[in-house]
Amino acid sequence: MSRPLRVIIAKAGLDGHDRGAKVIARALRDAGMEVIYTGLFQTPEQIVQTAIQEDADGIGLSILSGAHMTLFPLIVEQLKAQGAQDIVFFGGGTIPPEDADELRRRGVQAIFTPGAPLSEIVSFVEHECGKRRELVG
Amino acid sequence: MIQRPSGLGAQPTNEFIHEKEQWEAASAKGKGRKGPGSGAVDRTISDLPLKSLYGPEDVAHLDLADDLSYPGQYPYTRGIHPNMYRDRLWTMRQFAGFGNAKQTNERYHFLLAQGQHGLSVAFDMPTLMGYDSDAPQSRGEVGKCGVAIDSLADMESLFDGIDMGDITTSMTINGPACIALAQYVAAAEKKGIPRAKLGGTIQADILKEYIAQKEWIFPPRPHMRVIVDMMRFCRDEMPKWNSISVSGYHIREAGSTAAQELAFTLADGFAYVEAGMKAGMDVDSFAPRLSFFFNAHIDFFEEICKYRAARRIWARHLREKYGAKDPRSWQLRFHTQTAGCSATAQQPENNIVRVAYEALAAVLGGTQSLHTNSMDEVLALPTEKSVEIALRTQQVLAYETNVTNVVDPLGGSYYVEALTDELEKQAEEYFRQIEEYGGVIEAIEAGFFQREIADASYRYQRSLETKDRVIVGVNAFEKPEETQDIELLKITEEIERGQARGVQNIRSNRDAQAVGNALDRLKKACNDPSDNLMPHLIDAVNAYATEGEIVEAMVQVYGRYTERAAF
Repeated sequence: MSRPLRVIIAKAGLDGHDRGAKVIARALRDAGMEVIYTGLFQTPEQIVQTAIQEDADGIGLSILSGAHMTLFPLIVEQLKAQGAQDIVFFGGGTIPPEDADELRRRGVQAIFTPGAPLSEIVSFVEHECGKRRELVG
Repeated sequence: MIQRPSGLGAQPTNEFIHEKEQWEAASAKGKGRKGPGSGAVDRTISDLPLKSLYGPEDVAHLDLADDLSYPGQYPYTRGIHPNMYRDRLWTMRQFAGFGNAKQTNERYHFLLAQGQHGLSVAFDMPTLMGYDSDAPQSRGEVGKCGVAIDSLADMESLFDGIDMGDITTSMTINGPACIALAQYVAAAEKKGIPRAKLGGTIQADILKEYIAQKEWIFPPRPHMRVIVDMMRFCRDEMPKWNSISVSGYHIREAGSTAAQELAFTLADGFAYVEAGMKAGMDVDSFAPRLSFFFNAHIDFFEEICKYRAARRIWARHLREKYGAKDPRSWQLRFHTQTAGCSATAQQPENNIVRVAYEALAAVLGGTQSLHTNSMDEVLALPTEKSVEIALRTQQVLAYETNVTNVVDPLGGSYYVEALTDELEKQAEEYFRQIEEYGGVIEAIEAGFFQREIADASYRYQRSLETKDRVIVGVNAFEKPEETQDIELLKITEEIERGQARGVQNIRSNRDAQAVGNALDRLKKACNDPSDNLMPHLIDAVNAYATEGEIVEAMVQVYGRYTERAAF
């Protein structure tokens, strides 16, 4: 039996709203994944470093402060710079639809906004991180 | 159960008992509603058990004089004023701030022109966390969640053309609250308005930052000294200013139950009272300047009961435990804001309706001031149009519905009195648990509050997943093809660049020597608990030291707080 999927749940910038991040972290854990919660106020560099060091299959970033158009692309950039684009990158928060579209174009695989069912998020992570695991072993 | 002679429950007659039995038999035949939301009929949104009907037996243990009394009389369950809104309506105070000081100043002029009574400043994340707009930590955040205030120059332009001696201002800031207060005093005094004339509130409630909102700078213990200095300064020099707004709002937004919001907030309030007394201040000299700030969530009766219980608990503890003699120390005054977390991004116009119910609960619960959220706040900062609807919601409530004309209209309701009492009991149980940890700070350090809130918020989220609870437009009555066509307020990157240039200009055009000296004196005061920090902070802001520089100086003495991350 292979080891469980491993996911980083991250909070970046100055945003202290951690309710959603903690709920997602618990839901993924309840679904049998290993979840590492970074805590607050991480830089994009720190988040990507954590993911690489922990050999994580995915990174989920939560932003509710309005800084999503700055911080999501910085993580995409870091993943590229570290040659770690295989790590599934998704996120959520108060993100208007046109911003979410733009972020998907710029390499964020999925954006979940308030009201998204936990089951939908869990199955996305299981599916995408599962694919990544098959590829990299 | 012993019937107290002055109890609410009269001795039931045989006829009444017979009728009760008939009702019980008839009720037991009911099949119960099916369909959306029917899984949670026996619990409040906070998971408190509910009966289908309340009667005299549920309030028989309550005493009319001890537990209810009259409005304006201890323990103030029914309100802190004898006539409540008949004498004076609540203050309609809309929280606002975005972009730079000039933009926000325009919004303030608009709100005052629409009949708003007082101002309420929302700061951006860098300001709340003590970073200047050009700091690397501030990238992407400048002006987004509120207004960017780097130095006294920004505070001056925020209040440009506004008579600071005539309005009252609420400032929602905590970690660097002492700096914002110093800037406000300095800005007013530059206009020739003495600090003693300034009315308003600064949130400055640092304990709930560690518990829920997470906008801290220094660790809790040194920060309590900063709080005590502010309380003392306000007592001595700003008699019209509320030194702390003890806040449950953010605790609730972080996912707590109503009972947790009530208990944790009041526990924080008691911790400030104890800190002030320990520093040698007479409780009656500062307790009347402590005010409160609660959430108005969507469970209508639970919220009303929460406010009523809060007043009774505060009065009892202040008089009985802390020995306060001044009735103003016993009276819990509070501001209310409708629950941001109850608003939905789906079908956002529905939020107007939610806000109206929540505002009604706040008013029936006896609030002193109220912010009604705008329908689009879950998506972005509110537009002028949506802010106007939110304010009109309060005006309709105040001037059309007639709910203002009878004081505490729900007092004596079997349900409301029983639930008020239950919330008080739950709060007392939480106080006991906090006491076991050794106090609020120790419980924070042990992660107690954070764990309780995370558990509650996860339970709630699960109840949405199972559809035991319904949120209209989210897990029931959805519109799958919904497109968003409401206008949103966008903060441009130019704001960030302009604000960064502005603070750099300030730094290059001031007396650097004066700034250095002021910061040195401040650091010395940080090391000397007998020297109040506030005059040193006012000196520093008057020399145009920036917020980030002042914070950095204080961090050199106090250090920075870090939280052990857990979920």
